[in-house]
Amino acid sequence: MSETSPQDFKHLALTLAGAQESAPWLDTLRFEGTEQWLEAQWPGRRTELWKYTPLSSLQRGQFTSWGSAQAYTLADEALLTLDAIRLVFVNGEFDAQASSGDAAGVVRFSQADSTQQALIEANLGKIVDTKRHLFASLSNAWTQDGVLVHVPKNTKLELPIYIVHISTPEAAAATANHRVLVLLEESAQAEVIEHFVSDEQQQNGFVNSLTEIQVGANAHLSHYRMNLEEEHLIHIGGVHINLASDAQYLGFTLSEGSQLKRIDYQICHKGKGAHAGLNGVYLPRNKHLLDYHTNVEHEAPHCTTSEVFRGIIADSARAVFNGRIHIHPDAQKTLAELSNKNLLTSDQAEIDTKPELEIYADDVKCAHGATVSQLDQTSMFYLRSRGLTEKQARTMLSFGFINELLQDLPQQAVREHLHRHLTQLFDKDQFVS
Amino acid sequence: MLDIRNLNARVEETEILRNLSLNIKPGEIHAIMGPNGAGKSTLGNILSGRPGYEATSGEIEFNGKNLLEMDIEERAREGLFLAFQYPVEIPGVSNMEFLKASVDARRKHLGQPELSSFDFMKIARETSKRVSLDAAFLKRGVNEGFSGGEKKRNEIMQMMLLEPSLCILDETDSGLDIDALQVVAAGVNSMRSPERSFIVVTHYQRLLDFIVPDYVHVLAGGRIVKSGGKELALELEAKGYSWLEDEVA
Repeated sequence: MSETSPQDFKHLALTLAGAQESAPWLDTLRFEGTEQWLEAQWPGRRTELWKYTPLSSLQRGQFTSWGSAQAYTLADEALLTLDAIRLVFVNGEFDAQASSGDAAGVVRFSQADSTQQALIEANLGKIVDTKRHLFASLSNAWTQDGVLVHVPKNTKLELPIYIVHISTPEAAAATANHRVLVLLEESAQAEVIEHFVSDEQQQNGFVNSLTEIQVGANAHLSHYRMNLEEEHLIHIGGVHINLASDAQYLGFTLSEGSQLKRIDYQICHKGKGAHAGLNGVYLPRNKHLLDYHTNVEHEAPHCTTSEVFRGIIADSARAVFNGRIHIHPDAQKTLAELSNKNLLTSDQAEIDTKPELEIYADDVKCAHGATVSQLDQTSMFYLRSRGLTEKQARTMLSFGFINELLQDLPQQAVREHLHRHLTQLFDKDQFVS
Repeated sequence: MLDIRNLNARVEETEILRNLSLNIKPGEIHAIMGPNGAGKSTLGNILSGRPGYEATSGEIEFNGKNLLEMDIEERAREGLFLAFQYPVEIPGVSNMEFLKASVDARRKHLGQPELSSFDFMKIARETSKRVSLDAAFLKRGVNEGFSGGEKKRNEIMQMMLLEPSLCILDETDSGLDIDALQVVAAGVNSMRSPERSFIVVTHYQRLLDFIVPDYVHVLAGGRIVKSGGKELALELEAKGYSWLEDEVA
């Protein structure tokens, strides 16, 4: 199929916006999004933020309709087993039957009362940095429904919020827009798990997802985001986080590859003494293209960031990792660390990694590094000398490479789910052969 | 058990072992001693099939089979075990998971049923006690952050779990203090049986005070230059290796 030109693609996308029925109070955001989307330059090879990630498979996609809830069959244990407030969406449509539980402050935009509407209006599209994230403009233009998690001052949400996005193939290639807004007021505490999954059929959709998070003073958020969709699904996603004084954000993200997957994280330290921890794992194989861009803005003093990303790139897959930490002049006494390690399990696998530090303050401690390696031959020999086959040894070593990030996850349901899921993935011949 | 006949071997382009022959019967302990660079570790590596080590001529028969034609893992499953001089650290792979996979592989090869996780854990915990390793080590990454002595004890624990027929200890005594040495030696001695043979590769006589060999061979310049009983080790301790090297030259 031929590629739609950038102009046509932009207009087609806006035709989709025109086909939505949305609440009038979201009009301003949608309008601004539309304008920015039209004005924005289409990424090309000279666009630094998109240098290694062509959008051709998206432009070939002909996404001319919105997804709708379809019947789906998920593999056994495809979803987490945990006690949680569960919100399930299928191709972007809310699935009331599959959802369960409720908590004050957790509501879909379409069900929001006037106070909640005001909160959404005041914050939605305001945390995200659309200049660094083209598809956030599109998400704004497409805003119709979404999930608001609002936790008032000194309140702790007792149960995790578990938001599931299920994709299924449709007769015509379709689009889904996912929006999440998390607002934690002062000293509030919550745990949010986002889980993108598809049924096992070959997918033909495009998912644009955007999560905005405001962590208030001394508030604490644990946030998991898993992209475990079938390999034909196109996913462009972003997570944008603002941290107030002494706020704490602990994030974990894991993605399997697909023909095109791009995920942006942006963390802004707005108040002094905030901490951000972000760990990530990416696992592209076959001919996947998987791109993680992270950007941490240290705007205030005494903040800390710890970021660790690990990737295993198999077959002819290509991964991109770009991790930037930007220390502003006022951000004295910053402690920031960024580490990115990559394991290539085939000669055709490729990683383009670029850790970047930009420092404009003089009293800070920062470190960054990236490594690219292959499986260690001495370790391979050691395992085989104990009777493990070459394949078993490769699987074990590959899993070990990322397991250091998995084994310490505080949320047991996520940890066990990923352990099981990835063991199956690694047992597939193609991943480590 | 093991019959090495006229073995020549090289590492990359360098000829290390020259025309080496050695016959080991079930139940015997053979010590291989020799100066640094004599080819002692090469022998263990050739026997276990380490990549980069190549037998250029000669034959090795292990339990009646041609060892040189077997893959690394086949040798292990057939009952050959090499305790590494430098055990590898593998963070992220739990010791328990690794041990169970190796024991499963060996049991499957022997036509025995796989052990349940529960049964295996029980056996692993008992075995770790036998080498004075805290059971907490089972949960850690393979050798991750272990001291030198703990790594060697972990090797002996693996040996106990796998119940090999031929155990090769490659300088297992190097870097061990006397207490750890005794633990390791006691572990080895507890495994002695009429069906099991040992090759103990060491630079120092000290280990052989604790693991008493039936035969001692001196390897120098890639060949066995002298063989004898356990008293040969004492003679070496007293006179060093140079007189033998002179004798050969």
